[in-house]
Amino acid sequence: MKIITQVFKKTKKQNRRVLIPFITAGDPNLETTKKLILTIAQNGGDILELGVPFSDPLADGPTIQVASQRALKNGVKLADILALVKDVRSQTDMPIVLMGYYNPFFQYGLEHLAQDAAKAGVNGFIIPDLPIEEADEWLKYSRAHHLDTIFLIAPTTPSTRARKIAQKSSGFIYYVSVTGVTGARSDLPEDLIQNLKQLRQITSRPIGVGFGIASPEHVKRLVPYADGIIVGSAIVRIIEKTKDSDEACLKVGEFVRSLAQATIIEENHSTPS
Amino acid sequence: MLPDKRGRFGIYGGKYVPETLMPLLEELERAYKAAKRDSNFKKQFWYYLKQYAGRPSPLYFAERLTKHLGGAKIYLKREDLNHTGAHKINNTLGQALLAKRMGKKRIIAETGAGQHGVATATACALLGLECVVYMGEEDTKRQEMNVFRMKLLGAEVIPVKQGSRTLKDAINEAIRDWVTNVRTTYYLIGSVVGPHPYPMMVRDFQTVIGEEVKKQIKKIEGRLPDYIIACVGGGSNAIGIFYPFRKSKVKLIGVEAAGLGLDKDNHSATLCAGSLGILHGAMSYLLQTKEGQIQPTHSIAPGLDYPGVGPEHSYYKDENFAFYTSITDDEALEAFHLLSKLEGIIPALESAHAVAYALKLAPQLSSDKIIVINLSGRGDKDLGIVFEKVKKETQQ
Repeated sequence: MKIITQVFKKTKKQNRRVLIPFITAGDPNLETTKKLILTIAQNGGDILELGVPFSDPLADGPTIQVASQRALKNGVKLADILALVKDVRSQTDMPIVLMGYYNPFFQYGLEHLAQDAAKAGVNGFIIPDLPIEEADEWLKYSRAHHLDTIFLIAPTTPSTRARKIAQKSSGFIYYVSVTGVTGARSDLPEDLIQNLKQLRQITSRPIGVGFGIASPEHVKRLVPYADGIIVGSAIVRIIEKTKDSDEACLKVGEFVRSLAQATIIEENHSTPS
Repeated sequence: MLPDKRGRFGIYGGKYVPETLMPLLEELERAYKAAKRDSNFKKQFWYYLKQYAGRPSPLYFAERLTKHLGGAKIYLKREDLNHTGAHKINNTLGQALLAKRMGKKRIIAETGAGQHGVATATACALLGLECVVYMGEEDTKRQEMNVFRMKLLGAEVIPVKQGSRTLKDAINEAIRDWVTNVRTTYYLIGSVVGPHPYPMMVRDFQTVIGEEVKKQIKKIEGRLPDYIIACVGGGSNAIGIFYPFRKSKVKLIGVEAAGLGLDKDNHSATLCAGSLGILHGAMSYLLQTKEGQIQPTHSIAPGLDYPGVGPEHSYYKDENFAFYTSITDDEALEAFHLLSKLEGIIPALESAHAVAYALKLAPQLSSDKIIVINLSGRGDKDLGIVFEKVKKETQQ
């Protein structure tokens, strides 16, 4: 069994949900990213979503756009990110999935990338501009190298299509909470819980929910309905506001700990999945 | 049939978009196919092209230019005479009618120089639709009058402050709006770029240019031309005039912007100097770094200043249906001045690239050969840019 699936099983036994923090690789620099990965692992992050910067991130809101620009300004390349993952692998087993746009992956070479990523200790990929219709080649290489392919399902996705996407996904399914781009929001969308319930009806695969989830309160509200909870922009914003890597680690560590505490399933409503 | 069912022109095209948009693209394709079969829709579209945009546009024999060059006969397809001053209106009328048919009340668009923004705002005013135009902040400064024009037409113009603050960032921001408001909003793309079915739809609405040329040149000369020349940014005016001739013996020449020169990395010549990649929903040629980051581009013609190109052009290049070359800023400016003086026609700087290539080609050909240039737009919008250039030169 692949490690991401194991993590979902294990946390379920521990009566809690999977916490999936997101940071952009190389923001503000790769050294800080390394420290942040270890900090997140030590403070209750279960899976790390590591952003691969792209010049034109059209599914991202301002926070992650600017983080990508900071990383690119530092000259961060995909090869550097793979080297970073390889480097942290001696210090943590926390699964790492890369989140990035298709073009940089395509330029690296899909077969080559699957091979190098697996070797570096990457566990899967999320590619927001690669829908299932265009993903055959990537699926082939990912499977050959035992990488999970995490596809997205959106509020606009009809159920017949959601079923197809679920079938092609492995590790977990990424449910996009809103029609919109990434970014911390003060409220969760009204129809989110209803949508998650409906999605639960059509797939038994773990469902991770992301976009706009910004606080322990949000996490608590989603705990009964999702298997995993992704928090991105709210963390990236903390990093943006800190002056050095020590402060960034301290603040991110605290925040991740508060999110992790919110993932515990309370006795009275524990079994949506 | 191009594109195929998956929206591919050979390996090019496709739908590389966030999942949120996928169901919408399917809905759009269905709606477009139904509209295409509906004689009422066609009637409406043709009515507006004729009575509102002023089609057909003339095919004009440029006698003085021909004499000056001393070679092939040169004809100009006068898209500059359309309402709003460019070929863009053909597409915005078609898509705005489609949006209305689909029950969408809010239209968004991207614009570089402002030509597509103005044409979209115009079609929206005509059909009573809400219009929001995304425009790079840099471009809003360079093209202040077009911003004002769009506002006069009732559109809201949103300056884009992200990234390089030019056309590609305006497209990114329009797509972000679209993802957010997908249920109520129609994205009216201005060129043959973006995910399927856009490259096909925009092409279909623009083929009126080539169809007219075919009839007009047969009537005037009794035969098809030997060459057709058009400028290529995203490539909608070029596909519009090329498409009806793609299987004929007519030599099709697409002219990209070489900016300061292809050796200087300061250009927008995607097909001449780019490589295979994915941007804004489609696989096509792309100006990018080795790592797949999109490269900054440059052209004196804002409408050509774009790092991508329509997927159908990439296919035409590989299949040798068309030949693609490039023209520098300076060459385009020279053609801009020459056409103004010799024919009394001030071309858009984009179209001046096509004219500039004809200046090189025509003298090499005998006088029984025929060249058609797609004069895709008029140059009024560029007076500010050319004025600054002239001022600098006289000061030096």
